[in-house]
Amino acid sequence: MIPSHAPFSSEQSASLSALVSGFSPEQSTWLSGFLAGFSPELVAAPSNLTVVYGTESGNCEELADRTVKAAKKKGVKAVMKNLADLSPSDFAKFENFAVIISTWGDGEPPEAAEGFYNSFINESPDLKGTRFTVCALGDTSYDKYCEVGKIFDARLESLGAERITAREDCDVDFEDSYTAWLGRLLDSLAAGSSVASAPSAAVVPSVEYSKKNYFPAEVLENVLLNGEGTAKETIHVELSLEGSGLDYEAGDALAVVPLNAEDVVSDILKQTGFSESEEVEIKGGEKVSFGAALRSRLDITALSRAIVKKYLALAANVDLESLLSDEKKAEFVRWIWGRQVIDLLQEHPVAGLTAQQFVSILRKMPPRLYSIASSPKAHPGEVHLTVAAVRYHGYGKERKGVASTFLTDEALVGDQVQVYVHSNKNFRLPVSDDTPIIMVGPGTGVAPFRAFIEERGERGAKGESWLFFGDQKYNFDFLYQLEWQDHLKSGALSKLDVAFSRDQPEKVYVQDVMKKSAGEIYSWLDKGAHFYVCGDANRMAKDVHETLIGIVAEHGKLPLDEATAYVDQLKKDKRYQRDVY
Amino acid sequence: MSEEKKLAHNEHMKVDSNYLRGTLAKGLADTSTGGLTEDEQQLLKFHGCYLQDDRDIRAGRRKHKLEKAFSFLIRVRVPGGVATPEQWIKMDNLATDYANGTIKLTTRQAFQLHGVIKTQLKKTIQEINAAALDTIAACGDVNRNVMCNPNPFLSQAHADVLKISQEISDHLTPQTGAYHEIWLDGEKVETTAEEVEPIYGKTYLPRKFKIAVAVPPSNDVDIHANDLSFVAIVEGAKIVGYNVAVGGGMGMTHGDEKTYPRLADIIGFCTPEQVLDVSEKVLLVQRDFGDRTNRKHARLKYTIDDRSVAWFLGTLNEYLGYDLEPEREFKFDDNGDRFGWVEDHLGDFHLNLFIEGGRVRDQARVGLRKIAEIHQGDFRLTGNQNLIIAKVSPKARPAIEALLDKYGLLKSHLQSALRLNSISCVALPTCGLALAEAERGLPGVITDLEEVLEKTGLRHDAITIRMTGCPNGCGRPFLSEIAFVGRSPGKYNVYLGGGHAGDRLNKLYREAVPRNEIKNLLGPLIEDYAKTREEAEKFGDFVIRAGYIAATSNGLDFHANLKVGAFNS
Repeated sequence: MIPSHAPFSSEQSASLSALVSGFSPEQSTWLSGFLAGFSPELVAAPSNLTVVYGTESGNCEELADRTVKAAKKKGVKAVMKNLADLSPSDFAKFENFAVIISTWGDGEPPEAAEGFYNSFINESPDLKGTRFTVCALGDTSYDKYCEVGKIFDARLESLGAERITAREDCDVDFEDSYTAWLGRLLDSLAAGSSVASAPSAAVVPSVEYSKKNYFPAEVLENVLLNGEGTAKETIHVELSLEGSGLDYEAGDALAVVPLNAEDVVSDILKQTGFSESEEVEIKGGEKVSFGAALRSRLDITALSRAIVKKYLALAANVDLESLLSDEKKAEFVRWIWGRQVIDLLQEHPVAGLTAQQFVSILRKMPPRLYSIASSPKAHPGEVHLTVAAVRYHGYGKERKGVASTFLTDEALVGDQVQVYVHSNKNFRLPVSDDTPIIMVGPGTGVAPFRAFIEERGERGAKGESWLFFGDQKYNFDFLYQLEWQDHLKSGALSKLDVAFSRDQPEKVYVQDVMKKSAGEIYSWLDKGAHFYVCGDANRMAKDVHETLIGIVAEHGKLPLDEATAYVDQLKKDKRYQRDVY
Repeated sequence: MSEEKKLAHNEHMKVDSNYLRGTLAKGLADTSTGGLTEDEQQLLKFHGCYLQDDRDIRAGRRKHKLEKAFSFLIRVRVPGGVATPEQWIKMDNLATDYANGTIKLTTRQAFQLHGVIKTQLKKTIQEINAAALDTIAACGDVNRNVMCNPNPFLSQAHADVLKISQEISDHLTPQTGAYHEIWLDGEKVETTAEEVEPIYGKTYLPRKFKIAVAVPPSNDVDIHANDLSFVAIVEGAKIVGYNVAVGGGMGMTHGDEKTYPRLADIIGFCTPEQVLDVSEKVLLVQRDFGDRTNRKHARLKYTIDDRSVAWFLGTLNEYLGYDLEPEREFKFDDNGDRFGWVEDHLGDFHLNLFIEGGRVRDQARVGLRKIAEIHQGDFRLTGNQNLIIAKVSPKARPAIEALLDKYGLLKSHLQSALRLNSISCVALPTCGLALAEAERGLPGVITDLEEVLEKTGLRHDAITIRMTGCPNGCGRPFLSEIAFVGRSPGKYNVYLGGGHAGDRLNKLYREAVPRNEIKNLLGPLIEDYAKTREEAEKFGDFVIRAGYIAATSNGLDFHANLKVGAFNS
């Protein structure tokens, strides 16, 4: 119940959990009020400083680094951040921050900071209560000398931030101006360091969030992982679990309860002609408006034999009846493929259908499970997902996957998404951090492996790790590429092999790349490696499975049946785990 | 200068590379990044490739958690610019399979593929070699693709210059086994340093080295942009020898007046038998005396200007062990191409097509591919980024013409003479050096200027016009009558007054002119030219006589004598 990232020792967490779980709602409420007023004494906390930089040639990065080091020497808690990794609203989270940025060409920001700069010009986060200063680098031989620094300075002021010290404009030989600015900055920070820190009592959830009681998780980030020029649409979503009491492990899944898209709802309203506000009763006896039922409570897309049968029961329909007959099963399968509830309504309208009747044939909106893409140790209080938007054309209409496009189109930063954690005990890192792991995760199948690698990185695991990733195109679809590069550098990931199917005339998939490293894969297995597969169950997982048996046969010098037995044994030993869908 | 200057970083890199190997093989095998380390990139140039990225989409890549969209430019050497139909088909296949669907014909008569990603680089280079082409020394501090005039009027002379170009190319190709090891899975062979690179040694040259062979009256290879040129002296139909020109070069850096383009000096004459020896010894003088401390001052042009032409000739004669003969008389008329069909003395036909910006794409690409499938002659890449379908027998001509017609190529050269005399480098989105558009920018600028040409009746008057994205000079901008050199996005330095035959450097007329103001800036000059030019006067000569600009006599006064107002726009 107490989240692992809460500021308690494990004994404290255990006793708190034991205590709190026994409380009645009334007791919980009283205690939370009591704790809220229970502020710790004001302490003279050391001031802190975030140095953000935008760099083209590396100068600003170097100055940011020097600034952080100088600040730390003065006892200031200082960190540096690249503007390329921030969004403007991040500024609101800083207490004191220094911007070091250069100007290029005709008054342009460094290329890496361009994205930030453009949103910064257009967005207006409230920066009241934050303090800033700007160190601008430039070249006086250009018209727009230090232009970008000047714009930051003016804009930050207009957004309500207060200056720590005046902006410094530095020419190509920046040393003296920079040193002067740094001196003023550090003096000012030292003078105003006794800022009281606001009490922040850990929030104790008074309710338990679960499959029966979804947690409304705030969306912290929603970015497209495919680059411009791609044919794919894969997003990375970060959700806050702050205050939920929800906890998870690398390998678990997150259940997302989506909303039906508004255009899908309105198509049904239009087709049926029922009023949006008409009250209907849904399963369990709850009464809601028809519009609300369609939007958030019912599955209004997926068509099944059961639904068609119930629909037919409402009114006689010769065509449908014939289609449902036993001898036409194959025809029915063809018919239903790619069709949705709206098609049933349009192709076989029922005279006299009521809203309540319609509602009663539909099932409850089912949650969708997504393999979690984050380690809770690497991202306390957050859960990340990797989601491929499903969109296709069928029977004259643009169709879309309910949950994936809900997350893509509607789960925007600041919105809430209903979730709960779904534990997956069959997809776990080895108990020992020394055990090597091989991970095969093309496309969104890479999600849990991001969690695994982060987790092992956080733990400082010594065991080797090897990731096979694949997608369509190297330059556009290399999901999380920059992160893998960091993990390879830090050692959290030891090896990475990739297969991109559309970069050459012949298709290349992960199993093809596995074959190239067959000997090494076998020797990893031989020394105890665990083998993980995540992603498409229909083809990829089967092909990878066959390839694995082939590798064992070839390099273990075993006949096929013994190689198959070897792989089966890996499964029994939980050294071969799959999360496929 | 008494102080000891530090060697440029690349010099250490070359020494440490073990004859161009370095860590390239390892870097290429790392699939976590589509890029390479800085040193690997420098080394890769010697193997004919540049690492680039798609600058159109560079911003925002980090937001997608992706590195830059890296890919490679592969430059394929075609000594003398002559390719077989089979080689054309191979390039066409590679363009589809691994590159961006286009073939670029370069200003040095080479093929270029763009957009090949790292994981496909080796395979692509292997296929290039399978077609008896290669990329070795297409870039880097070595002798680059040897250019030669593709002129079909003088078939015997062309055969001679083509042969000599190919011999020079072979003679000066680096001998290191690195290329075979890295790209062609060749065996590692242990050899001594002397065996590895008898001409270059382990530090190769201080900078790139360019050689051209010209056949007057055409200067289509632009001898003044080359470190070393041989100008064929033809008597009757026979080449009796070559004038030797040294020290031409284009590259400069904005704002650094110590860098400048320079015309070549003609220092003498040699017989056909002496050409290989002269090539080698000119290269050796540059190898031994070129500046290895500053890459912006390392081309042969600076080696000569730091001393003198007389010094260079004296030293060369010493290296040769004999003296060059005095130069012979010749005359260049122009540096453009001669478009359309021509018939040679053997009765074969040759068609010089206009390929705008040298970019073979879309329908034209399909058409040329179809022609390559039936063509019995050869393809010749011109120094002006154009293409000659050469050696078409009278019998084969109708079938080829039918294809030309079907794919819209037959009338490719029915354009304004200004457009036909245009060159642009690649620039954005792939070239990392580009400060502004060039290949994508020049066609529109010409369209603007064509309005003025139509009005003033100058549609058929040839004026050379070139646009480059930066001042490094791939499009030889400083030798054209009108040049636009990228300064910053959408802005160009405008140069005027180059010689129509590529025999005089131009000069800065206006700095940093916005793209959309070019027509207003040059329109009045063109109108004045139409009205007040003298008989047969070329535009480059006119702007000097009319006082718009001072003549540039050579590199050292390239930055001098600017008119008031050059910096005012």
